[in-house]
Amino acid sequence: MDRTLLILLAVLAASLAGALAMPAWAVSLATMALAKALVVLGLVVLLRCGLVPFGQALFFALGAYGGGMALRKLGIADALLGVAIGTAVAGTVAFLLGFLMARYREIFFAMLSVAFSMIFYGALVKNEALGSTDGFNLPTPTFLGYAPKGEEMRRTLLAYTALVSVGLHALVHAYLASPLGRAATAIRDNEIRVEYLGASVQRLIHGKFVMAGALAGAGGILVGMATGHIDPEMSYWTTSGEFVFIAIMGGASSVVAAIAGSAVFEVVRTYALQYAPQAWQGVIGAVLLLIILFLPNGLWSLVERRRKRAAGAAGEPGR
Amino acid sequence: MSVPILSAREVNKTFGAVVAARDINVDVAEGEVVGVIGANGAGKTTFVNMVTGYLKPSAGRIQFEGADITALPPRAIIRRGIGRSFQIPQVWGSMTVAENVEVTLGIAAPGPLPFWRKLDRPEMRARADAVLARFGIAEHAEVEARLLSQGVRKLLDVALATVRQPRLLLLDEPTSGISADEKFGVMETLMNALKDQQVTVLFVEHDMQIVERYATRVLAFYDGTIIADGAPSKVLADADVRRHVIGETHRPGKH
Repeated sequence: MDRTLLILLAVLAASLAGALAMPAWAVSLATMALAKALVVLGLVVLLRCGLVPFGQALFFALGAYGGGMALRKLGIADALLGVAIGTAVAGTVAFLLGFLMARYREIFFAMLSVAFSMIFYGALVKNEALGSTDGFNLPTPTFLGYAPKGEEMRRTLLAYTALVSVGLHALVHAYLASPLGRAATAIRDNEIRVEYLGASVQRLIHGKFVMAGALAGAGGILVGMATGHIDPEMSYWTTSGEFVFIAIMGGASSVVAAIAGSAVFEVVRTYALQYAPQAWQGVIGAVLLLIILFLPNGLWSLVERRRKRAAGAAGEPGR
Repeated sequence: MSVPILSAREVNKTFGAVVAARDINVDVAEGEVVGVIGANGAGKTTFVNMVTGYLKPSAGRIQFEGADITALPPRAIIRRGIGRSFQIPQVWGSMTVAENVEVTLGIAAPGPLPFWRKLDRPEMRARADAVLARFGIAEHAEVEARLLSQGVRKLLDVALATVRQPRLLLLDEPTSGISADEKFGVMETLMNALKDQQVTVLFVEHDMQIVERYATRVLAFYDGTIIADGAPSKVLADADVRRHVIGETHRPGKH
């Protein structure tokens, strides 16, 4: 069996066990990490095309607000439906914006995506019905009829988030190995050759943009459920920056890097906040600096480097 | 004559005041191997670029197998059955040679492909190896394309262009940037690889010996238009061609 799938299964098993046995603080940390990993996973897909969206928080917030409003206003209580709606809202908007975004590359792509996220932020702040700057609280979700409260709910949500997140990671992993997924590197390396093989680079990028947007939406509503609260900050550019930060920290070589990056980020931030509440951003910055200097391909390259060395020692071809 | 595979009528291209191509008229029949010669700036690449949709003609019409392709984007032209290589090879540098072909098979192979299936599987690799073997570059299969020598990279570029099995293939200077003693080898490999593909070839070339050896017909470009068209022996002996084309391209130290 595929090694990446084995690692994902291990992550799932550990998360489910953790949902039963971990202390409360670790449960919420793991939930946040697995939810945010979905946003980062979308970034990985785009990074492979050489595109850096600095406004991915737009879809993160869209998923949260879309799913959140459904839970609050439509009387939908089910977490599964909430996530589906959040994902669909973010994916639909990504589909529409994609017609424009897929025409741009590099800094123009990055800045245009920031622009859209900040427009949405501005709209949210002005909108009383959506709670303006305060946002709104989410009702406690139910899980296919099961309605746990408090601590029990948080543990159930971790198990649920792990299932959704790991499942989507497995799907994206399969996608990246498929011809459409492999086209990402081709687009990054040389678009001319892709077009001159009869494929549409714009359409390929559009598809990946929708995928990334939908994944960010799923991450957004899951984070909303985990914190019980949604506010415009979710669409702010610093939130986008955080996702780019995690993606670079983890690396784009494997889908597992998204989970690893998110987990490390959440742990570092938790400890930095605890021991250096005034300087936690400085700690995060220093970590990123070290990674860029010593592991330019991200944390996950540590694992892959070791694996490659092991393969070399066994006399296997390095492929 | 049956419908020509490629037909250009009164094709012009201007960039502001600069005339890059004027009144190009040519019909290419199926099965021909057309050598395109001319000094730098004579309009050879402009012509190839117009045929493949990289540039839109300012005026005139281009037809492929009787259908108008003048205003189509490159990918639409490619899908109709035209392939091209580039003066500067357009390959994917961070992938190995084998991966280049695999991904090409994945996104360009004719017919439906199970797009959800893993690309990196034995039968795809076998197909990629077959392509590489035909172009004589199988030994470089595991090398990242950015590390290849110019000759191998050029062959890979053509190999990728043929995966869709084009009926017309345009090669823009297939031997440029390759040392003189390797040129013939590269060209020989190329023409052999294309032999059983039943493809009409149009290649831009500066080396008259190669043109003489491989072309069945020669188009001589000068100042944006075709000044001579015919059998190699006839065109290469033409007085105008000798003065404007060969004289300028065969100076020592320049190819």
